[in-house]
Formats: sequence, structure tokens, C-alpha cells
Amino acid sequence: MSERPGQAPPAARPAPPLEPDALTIGDWLQIEADGAVIVYTGKTEVGQNIRTSLTQAVAEELRLPLGAITLVMADTDRTPYDMGTVGSRTTPIMALRLHRVAAATRELLIDLAAARLHVERAELDVADGRVRHAASGRSLGYGELTQGQRLTQEYGEDAPITPAEQWAVAGTSPPKVDARLIVTGARQYTPDMARPGMLVGRVLRPPRFGATLSALDTAGVAEIPGARAVRDGELVGVVAPDRQSAGRALAALRAGWSIPTTTEIPDLYAYLRENPIPPGEIQRRMGPPDYEAGSVADGLAAAAHTLAQSYTVAYLAHAPLEPRAALAEWSAGRLTVWTGTQRPFGVRTELAEALGVPESQVRVIVPDTGAAYGGKHTGEAAIEAARMARAAGCPVKLVWTREEEFTWAYVRPAGLIEIVGGVGADGALTAWEHHNYNSGAVGILTPYTVPNQRSVFHPTLAPLRQGSYRALAATANAFARETHMDELAALLGADPLTFRLQNLRNDRLRAVFEAAAERFGWGAAPGPGRGFGIAGGIEKESYVAACAEVEVDTASGHVRVVRIVQAFECGAIVNPDGLHNQVEGAIIQGLGAALFEQVVFADGQIQSDRFSRYRVPRFSDIPAIEIVLLNRRDLPSVGAGETPIIAVAPAVGNAIFAASGVRLRSMPLAPHGLPGLRP
Amino acid sequence: MDRVTRLHVNGTLQPLDVAADRSLLDVLREELGLTGCKIGCGEGTCGACTVLVGGHPTRACVTAIGAVGDQPVRTVEGLAEQGQLHPLQQAFIELDALQCGYCTPGMIMSALGLLEQNPDPSELEITRFMDGNLCRCGAYTRIVRAIQAAARLQASAAGGAS
Repeated sequence: MSERPGQAPPAARPAPPLEPDALTIGDWLQIEADGAVIVYTGKTEVGQNIRTSLTQAVAEELRLPLGAITLVMADTDRTPYDMGTVGSRTTPIMALRLHRVAAATRELLIDLAAARLHVERAELDVADGRVRHAASGRSLGYGELTQGQRLTQEYGEDAPITPAEQWAVAGTSPPKVDARLIVTGARQYTPDMARPGMLVGRVLRPPRFGATLSALDTAGVAEIPGARAVRDGELVGVVAPDRQSAGRALAALRAGWSIPTTTEIPDLYAYLRENPIPPGEIQRRMGPPDYEAGSVADGLAAAAHTLAQSYTVAYLAHAPLEPRAALAEWSAGRLTVWTGTQRPFGVRTELAEALGVPESQVRVIVPDTGAAYGGKHTGEAAIEAARMARAAGCPVKLVWTREEEFTWAYVRPAGLIEIVGGVGADGALTAWEHHNYNSGAVGILTPYTVPNQRSVFHPTLAPLRQGSYRALAATANAFARETHMDELAALLGADPLTFRLQNLRNDRLRAVFEAAAERFGWGAAPGPGRGFGIAGGIEKESYVAACAEVEVDTASGHVRVVRIVQAFECGAIVNPDGLHNQVEGAIIQGLGAALFEQVVFADGQIQSDRFSRYRVPRFSDIPAIEIVLLNRRDLPSVGAGETPIIAVAPAVGNAIFAASGVRLRSMPLAPHGLPGLRP
Repeated sequence: MDRVTRLHVNGTLQPLDVAADRSLLDVLREELGLTGCKIGCGEGTCGACTVLVGGHPTRACVTAIGAVGDQPVRTVEGLAEQGQLHPLQQAFIELDALQCGYCTPGMIMSALGLLEQNPDPSELEITRFMDGNLCRCGAYTRIVRAIQAAARLQASAAGGAS
């Protein structure tokens, strides 16, 4: 269950220390006098259903029904520090921690009961929220034992958590704990919230990237009842009693702009290649460092076949259905912001810096959010709302329009990837060199066995503001790698699956390749006009392989994805239905990027600034999808939010080659049908 | 500018005093507190704002309140009766036809409009009718199954009614 935002926020709890390992049970979990269990976590619910899976972890160790547990999530005043709901970390780190906290709590409750009942703890067992002494029939409820007092005992890594083979609650598929709130329209997202005295805000945006305000006449705003212009430094906007009035007030501003001349970039990928960032200026870099083993030159010299190819991926928009939004309220110098972000504590820091107040004077609360996909790491809307609220002297709710979403949010990086591969006549890889320009280093390392290899990430200048997106660069790197592997197999005349398995020692990746191939029927002959493709990879310690069947109409060039079969393994499965749905969602989002999604920009503007101009998958785009989940109860559970997206594009591209003989090396693959095949 | 002074919504007559060119979405959300229908795109292409007007699925973000007149409006908040969920709501829960849930009210209202016209739609009919509703999280296949399950629930309830 979740709490309802929009009401007066509950009082802060004493702040825990920053280092998670030093924290006590009470920082994470509270047992009220009536036995209700409240769990505090800085993670955010953005549609990945961790609200349910984390509840399962606690329910498992405390032997309680899910309904007895409430999660308080992502409130910087009440939940421990969290670095962000990113990187598929919630399951391997937060769920494991909550298992430990809850197991330590269970043991503590047994100790408390043993003391109260004057018996040995070995004579006690735990069930239905009570600690029982079977011999005498006496029992004590959890609430009776804690009396609602905060539990100040520490928990440790050795807390006796239940092994996955014995799970009774984790490992099952209960419905989403908030499902009823969602289907009745009762769940309030940030754009749905209201606070007393609140006005609706809109920000004045430049008409082109890089344009600066040269003149401003706000007189027209006075014509709109209840509306005012608001300025805070270079931020200009309006506030008004309702959304329509705010839009009208914004339109009533008369602004003059200095618009810089834009130099069009005729070839984005050549631009990336030719504009590296000087080493001294490189800031953050995700993913592994550059890597070298053996000698690529020797490996290529020894190869029977070598191949050098370039691959490209376009910029992508996250396009979450809930736009970026924030509601900011100042009270006695303290700022509270409700906003849909993946990083409440990071946004708190950003707000403190932008508004010039100490972090202790800033509270960020994240209502359950209408998706993010990596796009909601930063606090642009939160900062804008906070500045406008301070300038206007009242709470301000700011909801980005869809045009603002497509124009002003950061995008998934575009990338150029160059691969040189060498393979012996016997099919063994002899050399592999992989260069990624701008897209990223995450997922750059090959899982295949190659004695001579080199991988280099080249940070470059790039025309659009870019940031994280589901799976980061692993999608681009897997697309290039798995397409190149397919090309090498074709040079050898080898079956694409056989060629991969011949060069693959990793058992878990082999297992998903074999599972996908078996379910798919790999090896059978496709029908006329159809082709099969396969691809896979390892990312965030989970394993994925996908087979695709496509149909190509050579007369029209039209490509249709008929069927996708994907196998996935992420250790012990916490919620099988939840996992299935995450994997399916990732496949569908991956199909969009594979087939038709791309950000179009020119003349200093995003041209693809609405859904009618940026195509995302719809009901009519969905092929038959089958998912095979491998449950490794003997292995630790890891996250599943990202990896299932990475194999879709290369599997489809390889299937298009098999069907048509046309090799595609750019994502999106065929937004307007197959080139060269149309009449 | 004409004013609109009332709206039939979820079976009751609500008094209003709004300009006729205010959107139905804004009136429902800001005047009546019915925030189930969502802001998604502002151009009628994502379906998150879908409500029923006179029984027809309607994109409230591009519908002026003045165009509604006396037609009955239904939103997701009006579906459950005395705590009993509508078969569509029940099916969406049981088949887990949602991820982040932002598209869900619009999906349910579009589906309701479909089932009221066509109580036993085929998978192809569902796909075509629902194509204007986006689910960026990709719950499409379960949404189709939930609509089919709701159709069966309604058929068996009707069959069992005395």
C-alpha cells in the first residue's frame, strides 16, 4: 500500500547517517503498536513495481501478509539516503538489504518474546504476525513486543535471510499492491496534485536552442484574470489559477530573442567521429575503462576472414507518458517539492544549490510516477517550480507540455560504433576491436572468447543535451556487436547460433541462447519472404537472448516483425509475473527504437516535438511475443529493468538480412520500409 | 464568451461556472477534482485523457466543455459501484494490465466504450479500437487480454442474471 500525496506531508523523522551500512533497523522499518509495519526506502516507484517486490521481501522475512506492510518511498525527510533508482540496483541491493533488515527484526522479536515469556528462544516460532510459544500456547503480537518504539538495534550482513529455495512470498506473483488505486483513478501523480493557494506555472522557453532574451513586455498578462508574470534571474514565466489561463498568460508575453545562427551538421555521425572531447575536459564516464588484451593486429593477420564495419544509433526520446512535473511550496523558509524523479536526494542537492539554501531546508517527495526510463534523473522541473514559487509567494505546480518534454528533456545519446572482427577458417574469433563514439562504454566488452581484443570509448562533442536512458549504451553496443557477429557468421557460411556458441564459454549466456532458440524453433526453415535472426548479451549481471522472425515484402519494402521469442535470466526470480511484464515492456520499447524511433532536429529546434511526429509503439505494432524466464534460485537476484531491451534491435536486423539479403547497420532500422527494395 | 453552468458526470448533475472554451479535461480535473483522466500530450494522440461522452470514448484534452452540452460524461472514478469494481477494473488488476498506471484510466474508459458497442470484440477489433491509446511501458498484450476477460466476465454475469 502507498500513502496519498497531496495531503499535508507527515512530519520528518530524525535524519539517519549517510552511510547505509551504519544504519539501524529503525531507519528502515517501524512496527507500530497495532502491528502495522512501515518500511522506509529512498527508491522510487516508476512503473517497475518495486513497491510490490520490496514489500514481498519484507513480508517473506517477517512472515506477514503483504497487506500488513506499507512502504514509504522517496521522501528525503523520512527515508534513508539513496543514490537513485538507476542501474537495475534495486533488486540486488535494496531488496537484499530489506531482507536483512526484516530478518534481523524477526530475530529481535523472538529475543524480545523470549525475555517477556521467560523461555528459551529455541522454543519459539513465528507465524501470522505473532511470536508463539507452542508448548504453553502463549503468543505475543509484533506490535505488543515493540509497543511502537523505534528499533535502534543494528542489522548485519549475516542476518539470517531465507534462501530462495524456501521462499513462500518472494518468488510468487501477488498483484501490484497499489493496483486498486490505479484502476479507480485514485492514485495521484505529481500533475494531479493540489495544495492550498497553489497557482499553475508555465515557463517562457526560447524558440531555438541557444536563443537569449533581448526584450520582454509582460503587460498582456494583466488581461488574464488571476495571472501574473514571474521572474527569477533569467527564468521568466507566468502563474495563473488554472492550466488554460497559464497557457494564455504565457502566450500574452511579448518576448524578443537574439537567435544565434546555427551551423547545420550535415552528417551527425561524422561530426561525432571528428569532434572528440579533449581528455582534460571529460567529466563523468559510465561503464568499464578502455580495455586491451593480446594484439589485435596479430589476430587480424591470423584471421581467415576480417571485417570492418560502422554502425549508428539515433538520438532517442524517453517520452514517458507522465511529463516532467513538480509542485513546489515554501513554508517559513523551508522548501518542499513533489516531483517525479528517480533521484530524490540528488534533486534535493540540485534544489539547494539552485535556490541558495542549505539542503536541510529542502524536502523532496516523489509520488509514484508515470514512468521515467532513465529520463528523470535531474530536477529541471523541480528547480523551475521552486524558483517560481519563491518569486510568486505561493505554491506553484509546473507540468511540462509534451512539446517541452520532447524539446527540453535530455535525450538518449546518438552513437557511431566501429568494429573490426577477425575469425579463423574454423570459426574461432581471432580479433575484435570495438570503438564507440559518444554513445557510451556500458556494454562495450564482448562476452565472446577472443584472445586479441581492444575496446575504446571516445567521448565526443554532441549537438543535443544527452543523459541516461534504459540500459545506457548497452543497446547500441549490443546492436553493433551482434550485427557484426551475424556478418562474420555469414562470411563463414555458418549458422548464427552455432557460430556464437562456438565462441562462448559463459554458461548463463549459453543457457538463454539455447532456451530462446529452442522455444523459437531455430533451425526450422522460415516461410517465403520471412527470415529469422538471433542476438543476445550480458548486462547488469543478467543474461538475455532473443530470436526474431520478420516478413519482408520485396515489392513494397515493408517490414513486419512477426514474432519475438526472448529468454532472460536474472538469478532467483522475485515476482515471476512482474518480471515477465518488465521483460515484455522492454521488448516493446526496444522495438520502437529498433524500427522507427528517432529524434529529428534541425535549425536549432527539435522537429519531432509531439507524438504525431515522434512515433512510439502502439497496439497495432505489437508482434507475437513469447518470454522464457530461467529461474536460478541458487543465484542472487539481480535487476531486470534494463537488460531485456538490448537484444531486440540486432535480432530484428539480423532477421531482416535473413529475409531479404539487405544488411542494416543503423537504428532505427527501417522507419520507412527497406531502402533499395521499394519500386 | 458563453459560460457553462452544469455537467452530467458519473450520474450526477454538477454545477459549474466555466468558460465554454475550457477543455473538458481541465474542467474534470481542476473544477471537479476528477484527476483520473490525465495530461499526456495536449493534442489528442496519446489517449491518457479519455473519458466517455454520451457513451463515446472522447479525448477530453481537445474537447471544449461547451461542446459537451447535456451529454452524460463518465470517468474512471464513476465505474465502481458501492465499492464493487467494474469487470474491466477487476480484469486489469487480475491480468496485471498496467505498469506505471498513467495510461490506465484512459485505457479503461476507451475499453468501456468498446465493450458497450461491441460486447464480444475479437483481438483485431480490440487492437484497432484501442490504437489511439498509448502505453509507453508496453503492457499492450495484457491490456488486450484484460479487455477480453472483462467481456467474458460481463457475458457470464448477464447470462447468470435472473
